[in-house]
Amino acid sequence: MAIRERLSGNEAVAYAIKQVNPDVMPAFPITPSTEIPQMVANYIANGEVDTEFIPVESEHSAMSAAIGASAAGARALTATSSCGMALMWELLYVAASNRLPLALTLVNRALSGPININCDHSDSMGARDAGWIQIYAESNQEVYDNFIQAYRISEHKDVHLPIMICQDGFITSHALANIELLEDEKVKNFVGEYHPENYLLNSEQPMAVGPYAVSNYYMETKKAQVEAMKNAKQVILDVGKEYGELSGRTYGFFEEYRLDDAEYAIVIIGSAAGTTKDAIDELREQGKKVGLLKLRVFRPFPAEEIAVALKNCKAVGIMDRCESFNGQAGPLAAEVTAALFRAKSHAEVVSYVYGLGGRDYRVEDAREIFEELEDVVVNGKEVEQFRYIGLRSR
Amino acid sequence: MKETVEIRWHGRGGQGAKTAALLLADVCFKHGKNVQGFPEYGPERMGAPITAYNRISDHELRVHSNIYDPDYVVVVDETLLETIDVTAGLNPKGAIVINTQRPKDEIIPHLKGYPGKIYTIDARRISEEALGKYFPNSPMLAAIVAVSHVMEKDEFLTQMEASYKHKFAKKPEVIEGNMKALKMAFEEVQ
Repeated sequence: MAIRERLSGNEAVAYAIKQVNPDVMPAFPITPSTEIPQMVANYIANGEVDTEFIPVESEHSAMSAAIGASAAGARALTATSSCGMALMWELLYVAASNRLPLALTLVNRALSGPININCDHSDSMGARDAGWIQIYAESNQEVYDNFIQAYRISEHKDVHLPIMICQDGFITSHALANIELLEDEKVKNFVGEYHPENYLLNSEQPMAVGPYAVSNYYMETKKAQVEAMKNAKQVILDVGKEYGELSGRTYGFFEEYRLDDAEYAIVIIGSAAGTTKDAIDELREQGKKVGLLKLRVFRPFPAEEIAVALKNCKAVGIMDRCESFNGQAGPLAAEVTAALFRAKSHAEVVSYVYGLGGRDYRVEDAREIFEELEDVVVNGKEVEQFRYIGLRSR
Repeated sequence: MKETVEIRWHGRGGQGAKTAALLLADVCFKHGKNVQGFPEYGPERMGAPITAYNRISDHELRVHSNIYDPDYVVVVDETLLETIDVTAGLNPKGAIVINTQRPKDEIIPHLKGYPGKIYTIDARRISEEALGKYFPNSPMLAAIVAVSHVMEKDEFLTQMEASYKHKFAKKPEVIEGNMKALKMAFEEVQ
């Protein structure tokens, strides 16, 4: 029997961490992720978990210590947001290229400046090329479920890549909402114990971690990371299915909401997907064929699968909570558009930027986008193919 | 009760409006509802205006936006009436609850002709009498439950007592005062 509870997104992740009971957690506080290490520290102080908590002096050190712990053979993680992640930048690449299966629970927040503590996806989207698996959540429930699946994906022998479990700052991290939790025993059995094949503290099998690679070797290392990322696709699907058998909630690369016969679709990541679903239900009642593709897994990027899911759409609005300054698309829109182009799709594509620095995204915003997409197809309306929504009028 | 009840709280940082919204979500959860309770953060400092929100429903809650057309508004600090349009979007069939020591007819001119029900409550006097200190959130919580009927009084008090026993396990001496504040507010809001 599932446990009916009410938790904020941060409480949900902290609870999942407690149930997984990882070995080492170095962390440095930053809003809005601070509560996660704070709550884990409480669990440790209360003797509920035996995780080793390292109160480091910066995020650079937090990721360095997580890397050290993971290389030594421990199951490690850290938590951060925004500029905290920016300070980890160098080490994100070190973790991925050393093929260390550690977890980062990221609470998405805008990057400075201007200084802003609220949600957007600039932090993780900026790190999209760092070689990490990235999984996003719509709700407190999903971020809980995603964290429980994290190590199964990350530690899989065909993968061995670090994993980022993302949720929307404040919007889910600080919002109290209903949630279903699994029993401790079920989580423990699902996640399993970690037995690394190669690790620094294994005196039987000496190894080097993080050595210099001359030009003769560097490129092959990158190709190996690409292969691992490809392998992660099947593992993510397998783990998501097995988790479904355990919890009743099955996960894939994305969720399709009323997309089967949809002529107009929104592609979006995170909490805004829920808001979009309410707009879709309203428009469906008026007979509009509208639907949603909510992307859960951004790395590895499920390009072919997205193109198949959108193949019947006449127009697609792709929504980025992040700016890329290329003047034509945010990161999600650029990659989805490329996927559609390669699949020889003839759908109209409009790229929207929304919700930067915590700007609210409302049901009306989603409705207006669907109306605009229909206007483009039915009336041939010419719209800017890259534009902002929700800007102040003055 | 309509499908989803939406409530907006106006307060100042440090007064507990966010805590009150979370407590309301908590107690409605125990009542079997689907709930959301969340703050909207502006500048993080004591005294700055803050807004918090609740959605309470029998259905799954998927919308993650702020609330623009609430059914109820709670004003924890009446000085906000001067600077914030507290009745913006407020359902004319709903109600507003204001913490004030002034008579209602002095408050009405600040409400831009809001046609719905207007309730006031002296949370300062209640809190000081019941707790010996000014913590307006408990009286305001009871007031909005009384006005919105999201749950019955007896169940509300039973659930809150259980919450306080859990929350104040290490300082049980404050439970009685908080319960007294809730009961007084339930009776006095008008």
